[in-house]
Amino acid sequence: MLPETISDIWVYLAASPLLALTLTLVVYQAAVWLYVRAKRPALLNPVLVAVAALVAILVATGTSYRTYFEGAQFIHFLLGPATVALAIPLYRQFEKVRKSAIAVVASLLLGSLTAMGTALGLGYVLGLDHVSLVSLAPKSVTAPVAMGIAEKLGGLPSLTAVFVIVTGILGGSLGPLLLDRLKIGDPTARGFALGTASHGIGTARALQESEAAGAFSGLAMGLNALATAILLPLLWALFA
Amino acid sequence: MLQALTAILLCQLAGETISAASGLPLPGPVIGMVILFAVLAIRKGVPKDIGAVGDTLLSNLSLLFVPAGVGIMQHAARLEDEALPVIVALVVSTLVTIAVTALAMKLMGKGRQDGPEAPAGRGQ
Repeated sequence: MLPETISDIWVYLAASPLLALTLTLVVYQAAVWLYVRAKRPALLNPVLVAVAALVAILVATGTSYRTYFEGAQFIHFLLGPATVALAIPLYRQFEKVRKSAIAVVASLLLGSLTAMGTALGLGYVLGLDHVSLVSLAPKSVTAPVAMGIAEKLGGLPSLTAVFVIVTGILGGSLGPLLLDRLKIGDPTARGFALGTASHGIGTARALQESEAAGAFSGLAMGLNALATAILLPLLWALFA
Repeated sequence: MLQALTAILLCQLAGETISAASGLPLPGPVIGMVILFAVLAIRKGVPKDIGAVGDTLLSNLSLLFVPAGVGIMQHAARLEDEALPVIVALVVSTLVTIAVTALAMKLMGKGRQDGPEAPAGRGQ
């Protein structure tokens, strides 16, 4: 009797955007709380925890992603304005960017080729099929660009979106640990590496470290989108 | 506040328009970032309210990726088959890319900032 009523209420609420929107905000804030409370361990990355918890809730309640996204799209939409807003830290830190212009361009090319080359090489050696390979190759680039590139080369855009998000979470959570290990303390190098390898999620992490790291990360994200869009079709032609 | 948000959205809209019209392989918001940057450079400063709105958005940037991340549930079947190679490739490729990029920045940044004290005798 009671469970039936609850599921009726759930079905009613799930049909409006309010539930998914509120749920996303509540779950994310709980994930941040947990992350801070546990002294910020890499594996409790708030994006990772929030995604896992939301997937579990949706699966358990039999709610489809499409229904969920009807509410969550209001949060998703803000990615656009937030990307535009990355111009602000970039402007504030531009003197530093200008001074290291050569290092920026050279590191970007190296990093971009490494991201594509290692993904293709490893994926090939490990036996991924063509569709998965080409969907995987642009994984370090911000989602809309990566999906466009994958589609052009015969991949699956929605699969690419998943690879992009996972790459972002990996870079954002494990990246700072690796950089500590390598004794790289310079915020410009840290930010630039996080943005090149793991786009906006890496940039979100870099912004938590410092404004300089965030500025270089946002810059790297934009530049790597451009570099990958130009270089990957050439690399793929050599590879395939 | 409202003006700042409008200004940011206008930059994005202009970016989307340029992206669609030019066929450039860049998404609208990235072009919008370049436009906002140009506006700030011309004005020689970040107006207070644009700074406030931008900082609010950016301090919660991680949250904005959550809805797209939940989309992973749609690919459960395919990912199950290829989980191991995909995870290995993603982890290794991402970490190697971070290491290579950061080391390149560090080495080249060193040459620029404090050239004289760079260790001698390590031929390239």
